Amino acid sequence: MTELTSAASTAPIYVYEKPVRLWHSLNALLIVVLSVTGYLIADPLASLKGEASEHFLMGYIRFVHFSAGYLIAIALLFRLYWAYAGNEHARQIFLPPLLKTHFWQGVFHEVLWYLFLVKEPRKYIGHNPLAILAMHFVFVWGVLFMIVTGFALYGEGAGQGSWQHTLFSSWVLPLFGSSQSLHSWHHLFMWLIICFVLVHIYVALREDKLSRQSMLSTIVTGWRTFKDDRPVDDESGA
Amino acid sequence: MTETFYDVMRRQGITRRSFLKFCSLTAASLGLAPAFAPKIAHAMETKPRIPVLWLHGLECTCCSESFIRSGHPLAKDVILSMLSLDYDDTIMAAAGHNAEAIVTEIVEKYKGNYILAVEGNPPLAEDGMYCIIGGKPFVEQLKYAAESCKAIISWGSCASWGCVQAAKPNPTRATPVHKVPGLANKPIIKVPGCPPIAEVMTAVVAYLLTFDKLPTLDRQGRPQMFYSQRIHDKCYRRPHFDAGQFVEHWDDEAARQGHCLYKMGCKGPTTYNACSTVRWNEGVSFPIQSGHGCIGCSEDGFWDKGSFYERLTDINQFGIEANADAVGGTAAALVGAGIAAHAGLTALNRAKQPGAEKQ
Repeated sequence: MTELTSAASTAPIYVYEKPVRLWHSLNALLIVVLSVTGYLIADPLASLKGEASEHFLMGYIRFVHFSAGYLIAIALLFRLYWAYAGNEHARQIFLPPLLKTHFWQGVFHEVLWYLFLVKEPRKYIGHNPLAILAMHFVFVWGVLFMIVTGFALYGEGAGQGSWQHTLFSSWVLPLFGSSQSLHSWHHLFMWLIICFVLVHIYVALREDKLSRQSMLSTIVTGWRTFKDDRPVDDESGA
Repeated sequence: MTETFYDVMRRQGITRRSFLKFCSLTAASLGLAPAFAPKIAHAMETKPRIPVLWLHGLECTCCSESFIRSGHPLAKDVILSMLSLDYDDTIMAAAGHNAEAIVTEIVEKYKGNYILAVEGNPPLAEDGMYCIIGGKPFVEQLKYAAESCKAIISWGSCASWGCVQAAKPNPTRATPVHKVPGLANKPIIKVPGCPPIAEVMTAVVAYLLTFDKLPTLDRQGRPQMFYSQRIHDKCYRRPHFDAGQFVEHWDDEAARQGHCLYKMGCKGPTTYNACSTVRWNEGVSFPIQSGHGCIGCSEDGFWDKGSFYERLTDINQFGIEANADAVGGTAAALVGAGIAAHAGLTALNRAKQPGAEKQ
């Protein structure tokens, strides 16, 4: 497989299948919605006047937050299935080849590239090793943390006996000590994911301009195009 | 001839009518079906009363104060006469060596059959020298009494979590009962709160004594019937929360209207207790009803979570007092600045080597 792709010149390669691209844009939308509504739950809008029966603002904000939370959880479950069912690139961010030296050399080279210490980045069909590392440890685990703590917080309201409480709150709450601490951690990880998003968007734009392969068009169409015809540096069977 | 609870109550002048009322009331407050009232009555008529050792460690006696003010006068009389509080240094008649002798006497006489109620906690630093009872460190008395008890009740936040004497930096190493090293492995019921609600305390004791088993506990060891829901879940101001109507200042119109105290730092949404349903002082009121947010006194570490008037917790690990928004916002700003700097450097780098673009 690698030999075949290595032999390819600038011919485009189909990398991101439709479900992967759909998951990406859905995540982008949901992260914005969850961050905005989440922030407004912790720090609500200006108080409303009149009778309580005339308004349901916090109710709606929380409803949107919880619905988006369900969606991101279901989407992740589906994406995990697709990591199994899809092509080799669909697995990349879930199973980083942490035990391979070539991978770490790639990470190191990418760090040098970002420190302006090498003239040229390596060429990849899939994600570069540094991207895999960030997406796996910050994004995948970060979102999983948010889903688990989110359902644990939801289970507090749903109450004992609800499946959310049984599956999540019952063990997550004692782990964090108190509901207050759990809230704080859920809030902190929102900022972690916001930081990830900032860096993610910046490097995607930068790599689109400066790397040796396409970036922005790839996540839209699924096709990777290359700017030179030298061999690629991807690992085989990642 | 062993006395039953019922014998004791009759001797105290409580009528059978009042006794049956108490049984129904207890069943209701424990969330049991009406059919349980006669069972409670039967148990109290036939079972010998169980002695209770009530020890005091580092504490302020607010648990005892709360307990003897149990809202319903009937419940108070019944429970107090029911409990053979053979040793409780706040309300017992004996003093000095006579009083201390009672502890040994109960431990010897009722081995494995008495309830150990602990108010406050032992400080472990300096071999427990920060709390001396009858010339010995409290921790020793606690271990001794726990050795042959049937079960331990941790009264209040002190015994359950450590409370204010265990707040950072905890110079005396005040330690909640379940974390005391070397303590006999006995079932522990935590009844947190500073103090716990009187009715909750009496109901827990009534349950223990009548059913002869522990009430259902949650994962953190609290009786589920009183600590399974947050203040927020049953708060009468909850509709204002859902509507988005908040008190923004202590003297604004919303405060007069009785709107939600969420923005004033109310810890109701993160506090497990029964205040919003059982309330205090014969069901007259509870903090939120009197216009002040909940401070979360029944939660682990409530004294170390920053201001009672802020929604977000202080995160002390960062050296300066900061909350999640300050930490996260700073991180995001730093990342943003880093990105801007990096982008600038990239542009500069490209400008220096114009040939690279055409590669």
